[in-house]
Amino acid sequence: MSPTLLEAPPAGVRANGRTPPPARPTGGGDDHEGEPGPRRPVMANAQLATMFVIAAETMFFAGLIFSFLILRVGAAVWPPPLQPRLPLGMTAVNTLVLLASSAVMVRAVRALGAGDRAAVLARLGGAAGLGALFLTVQGFEWARLIRFGLTVSSGAYGATFYTLIGAHAAHVGFALTWLAVAWILAARGRVDARQPAALKACAMYWHFVVALWPVIWVSVYLV
Amino acid sequence: MSSTTATAHGHATHAGHHELGFVQTYIFSRDHKMIARQFLFLGLFMMILGGLLALVVRWQLAWPETAVPGLGGILKETSGILEPSTYNMAFTMHATIMIFFVIMPILAGCFGNFCIPLMLGARDMAFPVLNMLSIWTTASAGVIMLVGFFVPGGHAAAGWTSYAPLSAVPSYTGTNWGQNIWCISLFIMGIGSMMGSINYVTTVINMRAPGMKLFRMPLVVWSLFITAILLLLAMPVLTSGVAMLLFDRTLGTSWFRPSGGGEPLLWQHLFWYFGHPEVYILILPAMGIASEILPVFARKPIFGYHAMAFSMIGIAFLSWIVYGHHMFVSGMNPALGMAFTVTTMIIAVPSAIKTFNWLGTLWGGSIRFTVPMLNALAFVSMFVIGGLSGIFMASTPVDIFIQDTYFIVAHIHYVVFGGSIFGAFAAIYYWFPKMFGRMTNPLLGHLHFWPTFVFFNLTFFPMHIIGVGGQMRRIYNPMQYEFLQHQQHWNVFITVSALCLGVAQIPFVINFFWSLFAGQKAPLNPWNANTLEWSAPSPPPHLNWGATLPTVYRGPYEYNAPESREDFLPQWQAPVRAGAPRH
Repeated sequence: MSPTLLEAPPAGVRANGRTPPPARPTGGGDDHEGEPGPRRPVMANAQLATMFVIAAETMFFAGLIFSFLILRVGAAVWPPPLQPRLPLGMTAVNTLVLLASSAVMVRAVRALGAGDRAAVLARLGGAAGLGALFLTVQGFEWARLIRFGLTVSSGAYGATFYTLIGAHAAHVGFALTWLAVAWILAARGRVDARQPAALKACAMYWHFVVALWPVIWVSVYLV
Repeated sequence: MSSTTATAHGHATHAGHHELGFVQTYIFSRDHKMIARQFLFLGLFMMILGGLLALVVRWQLAWPETAVPGLGGILKETSGILEPSTYNMAFTMHATIMIFFVIMPILAGCFGNFCIPLMLGARDMAFPVLNMLSIWTTASAGVIMLVGFFVPGGHAAAGWTSYAPLSAVPSYTGTNWGQNIWCISLFIMGIGSMMGSINYVTTVINMRAPGMKLFRMPLVVWSLFITAILLLLAMPVLTSGVAMLLFDRTLGTSWFRPSGGGEPLLWQHLFWYFGHPEVYILILPAMGIASEILPVFARKPIFGYHAMAFSMIGIAFLSWIVYGHHMFVSGMNPALGMAFTVTTMIIAVPSAIKTFNWLGTLWGGSIRFTVPMLNALAFVSMFVIGGLSGIFMASTPVDIFIQDTYFIVAHIHYVVFGGSIFGAFAAIYYWFPKMFGRMTNPLLGHLHFWPTFVFFNLTFFPMHIIGVGGQMRRIYNPMQYEFLQHQQHWNVFITVSALCLGVAQIPFVINFFWSLFAGQKAPLNPWNANTLEWSAPSPPPHLNWGATLPTVYRGPYEYNAPESREDFLPQWQAPVRAGAPRH
């Protein structure tokens, strides 16, 4: 595309005034300029990649959540008769536990910026502990529901519940593994204030799995 | 992470320290070029298999319920005659293999890996280890898919679209483990493709050489970048769908089974929400490849570089809001169908922009009919036919008439064979010298291209006719319907053409392997092209360039530019200017 077609004429040149110099065929690309300098990355590779992982995971959960909502809205009675109700109180507290882990994670990243390795390790451990507590409570709730007769094969109600919550739990499990790796890296000094990308990427993913939970909790337990 | 600092190490001087063992060089390699070759071999091997399955299907359609030559040893009970269940398995696996294990590995896997770092001036992908995991995850998915042929009950037989409840209830197709393996394989492939695509996107955003601005990137890199974003957002939806399908089949959940409160139509929504972007995942890299090859052999700048890039972005965006056109007969609200008709027809606009820009590139050029150029021209012309028959089906009333007939079979083959596969052939012939360091044989190349082009059209064009005549897609034996019997001669004609199309691939195989070992040594820049990969040795060593990376001074298509005495002006050549600092 010739730049002269798109750009305003330079100041002092009227549209019907001086003929502009002939456009140079640029063959794609843009204006010619001086010596190109080195490029600065937008963001560390690991963080950028984690952003895209989160985008992909969002589509994965969007598939599950919208499928659930379609079945849920299409059902005449929900929950179906003779099926146990989902426990609200316990999972509400559990939601707060998971949200708290995210807050601890924020403070861990802040401590990394301050160069306080001991605090980083303690807070990462705290976040992981809260995440593990969340998973344990979920496990007990599942065991209770199974005792009450809600299984994966008891119709769309059980199927959607266990698939959605199970998929989220699997992601929390994966995020915990990632957190453990980040903890080891931080303990060995491979992550510090000058090279924070590995921990920041882990924190991004952790916040993603935490933020996902209230969405799932509201659609599965509350709606 | 370590690769971001790789530029600083001056690897050329350390070449001796980089001797890697056989396993690290050829098998668990982290070099993007070796991974590209691995994807290429995976795709070509699977292409032979998928092609043979297609011929088996064609044999049954031309001469129904006669013994297929060569299958007597495999189908012992029927002495080589296809039963309906075997036939269903054959067309299901033909499509599954061709789409997921041929076109995606070759176009996105091989050329994505090969072109992105080399054309951007990077030493490797952003995450080389992740890249290695990506090929091995994809290859494992391929092996798992192949295992399905050997399980009791045979492989998946519900079509590549695997519509529920046909696919959700084992007794409907008679396959049990086959369909489960299909789900598991595609789930794993989804993970592999995610690893690949985050690598591509990160590399394009962060790893470009100095001076390589976004709008100086070659269009093939643009196309692969957009493809990677589509893959990243579309594959997870399929992954969630196949997970639900697998749970329905193995754990007894009821996502798609009405008996437990599930909804079979849900599968179609999930599948096509992935499936339509998938169509563009298959075609966009081929569009980029054509945009790369046409200017080189027309010796002219690409016509409308920015328009080309923005129309690909437009296609990618629109691909998310058209998927309902696959479901016009699913009982959808006519108002919604109307909306999908309109959005689908809007996609013709960016596609037409691209087509006219390709023609504008050719107009007045000094065209060289080399083998890659011929394949690229075949891509453009066949894509026009495939694209136009797509507009027929975008229109709801026409679609209802030709839904699930051979018309759609003709359309998809014009797009994915005429489009993607010709694009893949063009790319293989074009980059072979850089990829393997040797030239291909042009005579064998012509012997491959011309029969392929002729028999491709003789095979797939008549399918439009028998489709409008009413022959159903996936039908086992057209002769059992009286109203189809009068066009059976077309089925025989198509099958004979398809067999010739298969034979026409033999020169390609000979050419590929002969050139691999005995071809003429390739010079640095055999096509006098402008893009960065031609500044690296053929084949490029590990980490691609010597101590310094190339610097980019201009766009990628400066052919016959007034400022150069040659008819090309490479991106890496510093401008000759008084007082300009030299590189």
